[in-house]
Amino acid sequence: MNNTIDYDKLISPRAAAMRPSGIRKFFDLAAEMPDCISLGVGEPDFKTPWAIRDAGIRSLERGKTKYTANAGMIELREEICKYMKRRFDLEYNDRSEVLVTVGGSEAIDICVRSLVQPGDEVIIVEPCFVCYEPITVLTGGVPVHLTTREEDDFRLTADELRAAITPKTKLLVLPFPNNPTGAVMEKEHLEEIAEVLRGTDIMVLSDEIYAELNYGKNRHVSIASLPGMQERTIVVNGFSKAYAMTGWRLGYACGPAPIIKAMTKIHQSCIMSAPTTSQYAAVVAMRECDAEIEKMRLEYNQRRRLVVKGFNDMGLHCFEPKGAFYVFPCIKTTGMSSQEFCQELLMNKKVAVVPGDAFGECGEGYIRISYAYSVEHLTTALKRIREFLAERGLMQEN
Amino acid sequence: MEQLLKILEKNARIPLEDAAAMIGKTTQEAAAMLDQAQSEGIVRGFRTLVDWEKANVACVEAVIELHVSPKKDRGFDEIASAVAAFDEVESVLLMSGGYDLQVIVQGKNFQEIALFVAKRLSPLDDVLSTATHFVLRTYKRDGVMYQDEEVDERECTVL
Repeated sequence: MNNTIDYDKLISPRAAAMRPSGIRKFFDLAAEMPDCISLGVGEPDFKTPWAIRDAGIRSLERGKTKYTANAGMIELREEICKYMKRRFDLEYNDRSEVLVTVGGSEAIDICVRSLVQPGDEVIIVEPCFVCYEPITVLTGGVPVHLTTREEDDFRLTADELRAAITPKTKLLVLPFPNNPTGAVMEKEHLEEIAEVLRGTDIMVLSDEIYAELNYGKNRHVSIASLPGMQERTIVVNGFSKAYAMTGWRLGYACGPAPIIKAMTKIHQSCIMSAPTTSQYAAVVAMRECDAEIEKMRLEYNQRRRLVVKGFNDMGLHCFEPKGAFYVFPCIKTTGMSSQEFCQELLMNKKVAVVPGDAFGECGEGYIRISYAYSVEHLTTALKRIREFLAERGLMQEN
Repeated sequence: MEQLLKILEKNARIPLEDAAAMIGKTTQEAAAMLDQAQSEGIVRGFRTLVDWEKANVACVEAVIELHVSPKKDRGFDEIASAVAAFDEVESVLLMSGGYDLQVIVQGKNFQEIALFVAKRLSPLDDVLSTATHFVLRTYKRDGVMYQDEEVDERECTVL
C-alpha cells in the first residue's frame, strides 16, 4: 500500500497561494553573517516599563492564571475606554464596544472576517503593513490596492479614494501613522476622507497601532473622532508599540456594538480570551504609564531626526516621517531596484534593511529603515551605507 | 539645552553634528549651546568609562561613610571641600540619612586606601568617624553595564 501523502493537494488553494514573506531570505542570510547589523525590525528596542512588568509578575504570584471574559477583563476594557477618551477624545461603551485581542493583528483579522464576504472589495492603502492583503484574500474578499505617493506626503487623498470606490466596496483599511513610510494623516486630511465616506455603508478599519508615536505639531487624530465617523469605524490599537509590549501580544478593537459583537463571536471560538497575565499588566500600562510613552517618544524623535538628516546628507532623499519608527528613503537615484539595493548593501556592507516593494508594489524605489535601535547602532549603519554609496560613486553630497 | 545635555551625558563622543540633528538644531547652534554650558559650569567635563578589571590594571575602589561635625557658619562645606581636595578622592557627596559625607576613593591596592583613610582622612579635625567599604565588583556604572552585554534578540519575523 502506498501511503505517501501529497500534502500540496491537501493544503487549501487560498493558503497555498499566500506569498511567503519577501524579506525572509534577507534576514535569514543576515542572521548567519557575523558583524551584520540590522535596521529591519518592526518592534521597539525599549524594554516594557518596569511598572507594567511588575504588574504581570504580581498577577502570576496571585495565581491569576485562568481565562478572562471573552471580550477581555472588564477592568481593562474600562481603562481602554478612559484611555481612548483621554488621548483621542473618543467615547466607547466598555461593555459593548471594546474587544481585547491577541495583538492588533488579531483585531485586524477578525474585523475583516466579521465584515467581508466573498467578492467584497477591501481598499488597502499602500505601501503598508503586509497582513491586510492575505487576511482579505483568505476571507474571499478582493483587495483593491490604493497607492500613496511621496509627492502627497504618502497620504491618502479624497480623489484617489473616490475613484477606487465601487458598489462592492465594503471596507477601507486606513493605516496611519504608517508602516513603512512614517506618514501621518492630519485632521484636515482625514476630514476630506470622511467627507467621501459619510452617507455610504463603507466601514473603515483604522489601524492606529502607532498612534502614540507621532512627532508633528499635533497629536494623532483618529478618523473615528470626526463627525459621523465613529459609527463607521473600527479603531484597532494595541500595547506593542506605545508601551514596548510586543511579546505580551495584546491589542484591542473599538467600534460599533454590532460589529464588536460579531468580532467577539469569532474571537471566542478561535482564541477564547487574550493572555491573562498581559491583561493585568496592561491595566497598569494604561493607568500609570503615559509618562513612559512620552519618554520613549522623545527618544525616537531624536533618532528620527538623526536618520532623516543622515540619508538626506548622503543624497538619498528622505521624506520626513511624522509617525511610527521608520524612515522610507528613496533610492531611485542609485539606478538599483529596492531588492538589488538591499541585496548589495547586505552582501557588501553587512547592513540589513527592508526593500520598499515588500510593502506593496508602489514601495519600489524605496527602502524601509527602522530606527528602533540605539544611536550608536544607527550611526554605525549610516556610516556603512554612506561608504556603500561612495564606493559606487553614488554619493550626492547635499 | 536640556536635550543636548542628556545626549552628551550618555555619549560625550557623539559628533556634535549628530547631536545637533537629534535635537533639530544646526551644528553651529548646538556648538553655541555647548560653549555656553561649559562657560557657565553646567558641563563639568568629559571623561571615559574604563573597565580597569578588563584592562588588567590594578585598581581598588572604596566607598567611605564619614560622620563629621559641621561648622556653625559654613555647615558641611568646609570639611567637604577639604576632603574633596585630596587627589585620591573621586567624589564627595553630602548625604541624607545615617551619615554625612559619602567619599569615593580610588587606589592601586587595599593598603593604599587603608593608609589614606588612616593617615589622611581620619585625622582631619572635623571627621568624627569613618566606615570604609571596598568595591568588590562593578556591574553597572553611570548607566553602562560592565558585566553581561545585552544581546539584541529581536528577529524580523514579520514586517
